[in-house]
This record gives sequence, C-alpha cells and structure tokens, in this order.
Amino acid sequence: MPSEKVTEADVRHVAYLSRLEFNADEIQRFTHDLNNILLYVDKLAELDTSAVEPTSHSLKMQNVFRDDEVRASLTNEQALANAPEREGPFFKVPQIIQEP
Amino acid sequence: MELEPVIGFEVHSELKTKTKVFCGCKNAFGDPPNTNVCPVCLGMPGVLPVLNRRAFELALRTAIALHCEISERTTFDRKNYYYPDLPKNYQISQQYAVLGRRGYLEIEINGQTRRVGINNVHLEEDAGKNVHPETAGARYSLVDLNRAGVPLLEIVSEPDIRSRDEAEAYMHGLRSLLQYCDASDCKMQEGSLRYELNISMRRPGDPLPDYRVEVKNLASMKSVLRALDYEIRRQTRLLEEGRKPARETALWDDAAGETRTMRSKEGAQDYRYFPEPDLVEVHIDRAWMERARAELPELQHQRCKRFVEQLGLPEYDARILTQSRPLADYFEAAVRLHNNPKAISNWIMTELLRVLGEEVEPDDLKVRPSHLARLVGMIDSGAISGKIAKQVFPDMLETGRMPDEIVREKGLVQISDTSALESVVAEVIAENPDVAEDYRAGKDKALGRLVGQAMKKTRGQANPQLLNELLRKTLRGE
Ligand SMILES: [Zn+2]
Repeated sequence: MPSEKVTEADVRHVAYLSRLEFNADEIQRFTHDLNNILLYVDKLAELDTSAVEPTSHSLKMQNVFRDDEVRASLTNEQALANAPEREGPFFKVPQIIQEP
Repeated sequence: MELEPVIGFEVHSELKTKTKVFCGCKNAFGDPPNTNVCPVCLGMPGVLPVLNRRAFELALRTAIALHCEISERTTFDRKNYYYPDLPKNYQISQQYAVLGRRGYLEIEINGQTRRVGINNVHLEEDAGKNVHPETAGARYSLVDLNRAGVPLLEIVSEPDIRSRDEAEAYMHGLRSLLQYCDASDCKMQEGSLRYELNISMRRPGDPLPDYRVEVKNLASMKSVLRALDYEIRRQTRLLEEGRKPARETALWDDAAGETRTMRSKEGAQDYRYFPEPDLVEVHIDRAWMERARAELPELQHQRCKRFVEQLGLPEYDARILTQSRPLADYFEAAVRLHNNPKAISNWIMTELLRVLGEEVEPDDLKVRPSHLARLVGMIDSGAISGKIAKQVFPDMLETGRMPDEIVREKGLVQISDTSALESVVAEVIAENPDVAEDYRAGKDKALGRLVGQAMKKTRGQANPQLLNELLRKTLRGE
C-alpha cells in the first residue's frame, strides 16, 4: 500500500474552498475514498503519453462562435423568480465584508 | 539609502461589444438592475456559454497592438471562488493557454522611449456589481448582475515601471491604445477601465524584491497615483527602519488617503483553475493572423505622423491631439469642416484642454466640432476678430449654441466698414494729440496706443488690420 496522497488536512482545505461542512467521521471517510480514487488514477498514469498532445477537451472541434447580436434577456421578475431573497429589482444577499 | 519603486499593473478593460461574452444579453452601462440577464449569465444549471466572435477579435487586435506573441491555440479555464456577484461560483478566464504573451507598450519619458513589458493579455468575463442598500445600518448587500458576463480584457504588465511618472505614462498609453483599437471606451467612472497596482521598493540594480504589495479599489488615475505615492513613502520608511514590508493585498481608501490591508483567509487565493469543458479551443491560423494585422486601425504614432505630414501641424500639437483618440477624432472632424488645422489645433489646445480631463471627454462637450469649425471660419473670413471669438467661446461651451447666433445676439460683429471706423480714428487722434505727435515724430510704438484706444471705443469690435491701416493713413495725412 503506497503512502497516503490525500491527508485529512487536504480534505478539510478542499471542503473549506467548496464551502462544505463535514463532521470528523465524514472527513475520515472522504480521505479514504479520495485516496482510493487517486490510486485508480495512478493506474492510468502507467500509460506512456509522452507522444500525445495535451488536450483540454474531448471534442475534436474548434472556433465555435456566435455573432455579436443582442438576444432577448429575461425580465427582472423572471430573473428574480428563484431568488431566496430580493429587495426591489435586486438580489438580496448576506452582508459582504470584503472584496475577494 | 537610495530606493526605487518596482511597479507593475493589472488592467481590466471592458470590451466595446453589443452583447456579453458568452450570451446574447446587452452589454450596456446604466440600465435598470437585473434586466440584461439570462439563464447563461445568471449561472442557471445546464446552460452553455458560446463565445462572442467580436469580443474575441477585439481582444486579439489589442494583443497584436501590444506586440504580443499570439497563441495559435488558445483555451478557456474556470477560476473558482465564491462571491455574491459571481453567480456560477467560477469565472471563465484564461490561465493555461492565454491569448497573448510577451508583448510591450512603448511609453515616452522626458523625450526618451521606454518599453514596459506585457506579461500576458487574456479574455475573461466580468462579475456583477454589489450595491450597498440605502437603509442606514443595513446588514445585507444587494446584487445587480447586468455586468456579469460582460467581456473583460485583462492586461498584465511586467514589473518594469520605475517611477510615478512612468506609471502615469503607462496608464495614459494603455488607455490611448485601447481607444485607438476601438476595443474599449475606457470610462473609469463607469468602471470600463480598472487599474490594479503592485509595488515594492529596492536599491537600483538589486534583484526583484521577494515581497510585493498589491493595491486594489483604485477608481481613477488620480487615485492610482496617490496610492503609489503613499506606498512609496510607507515602504521606504519601513525599509529605512530595517523592517521588510509584508507581502499583502491592500485596498485603497480614497477618503482617508491610505491603503488598508485586506484580511485574507488561508487558502483564499486557491482558485483551482481547470479547463472550461463547455468551451472548445480557439485556433488562430496564419490567414486569420494576417487578416487581423491588416485590419489593425491607425494607432497613435501613425496618426501623429499623419497630422504632421498631411495637415502640417507642429510635432508638439500633433502629439498632444493624438494622445486620446476621441480628441484626435474631434480635431479631424472640425478640420474636415474648415480646413485650417493649425488654428483649430490652437483653439483645442488653449480652450478645450482646459475643460477636458478624466471626467470630461470630447464627446461630452456641448461645443461640437461643427461649432469650433464655424468659429474659426468666422475669424478667417474676417467676420469676427480673435478677441471677439474668445468672448463668444465661454457662451458656446455653456450653451452649445452656434457662434453666429451668439455674435448676432450680442451685437459683436466685427466693424469692417471703413466709414464707420473713420470717425473713431478721427476722435482718437483728436483726444490724444501727444501720442499722435509721437508717432509722426517717428515713434512707431505710439501707433499701438492709438489702436488700443480705438478698440476700447468700439468694444473690441473694430477689424484690427483695417484700424491699423486707417490710423496710419490719417496720421500721415494721406
Ligand atoms: Zn445573459
């Protein structure tokens, strides 16, 4: 068994970045699961890909554009229809403390 | 200890398109909140972005004008972070195969040309806007997503700038280039051009410092320069005390005139970029590059040269007039209506530049090129004197009325009628016998005093050439 790639600290960090909250049991379980997934990916890494161009996309397609022409937007009412909270024409969100 | 600043810029510029970068919503400033939005730019599940060709072409054009190496194959990536103005929780940007790299912008400092390196130019989408509620003490924020998805060009410079003056020249130069490329309208007050600064201090010749302070929230060029002055002072003081400034991101507080450290959480800068699976690659082949180069608009130095060679303007005038494209366009529009480039240039340089600035663009002026052309035309035809023109101009600026109308209304038409001036001349000579005698005795300067008196009597409306001629003739007894 190779040494662990993902530590519990990594899982907590990724959870924070994803704004997810886990209890200690879950952290343990995800650490285990993620390590297994990475082991599986290691298997793929055995393939020699030195002669393969890096791909960012599975589609053999490029240069897909649209023309710069205005299309109808939603109305303000439609745009806000699913908002948990609104005020006038705006989405209402918890107070923002600081810029990203 | 002699220290020099090491300065770099990240500039965000909204591109001048009709629609957003990945959907067909209008790209417009000032519309009612949340009306230029659709499922794509609201980040609804299952929607797909499609790249706006015009936005990509404007980005490519700008990268070429900045002498960048253009990627034959360019891709988009997701930059992940959480913020209420970012509905998808990621921004579509470019990280791994950006549009342009290793370019430069030429700036001029004390008559010397310098190159500021451009690290990269890439295309991304703007975020929405957070609005603070009007209710005092409200503990929430409001969000308007009209701006979310507006095409944004990011231009990242190398830390090649070494003084406040160079920083200023860089900002002006980049703004001018974006305007000449017709890529952005560069209105800082509307947020279509935004600067971020990074700065550190070192002894000249030393390697780049291992810290730097990034400054955000700079709403105008003036704020950038103030923030720069502040950081240069603050960091110099720390270094002189033997302390090292911290590597940090700070917000500029314009009212307080100081930078404030942003509280940053551990890992907050971890954007976990990965390729955007919903957008395919863009390949730029030779034919496309050649077409893009051929379609590059006339840039500042080319226009400056043309103003000198074709319109006969002095180099100095041409350079000032071409510093901003709207101003150069204004000038040329006036010259097309009245072919006296030098006189029109003089009016722009003396009267218009006084009112133009960061806040006031030529397009905002009530005096249009047609008004200015008419005014210079009236001087050239002898209908009014330059002096009267100067009297009329403030009214034109204020009201946007044609000069003819103001001249007529105020009764300022130039007196070019010999008989009307003859009586004035006679009066002036009779009232100033000593001065007249001086002139007859050979003191040519005395004539100026008599002209002055006559001008006063006609409230500046006498045609000066005619007045001169009449006085001379009468005094010589011709
Ligand atoms: Zn949209």
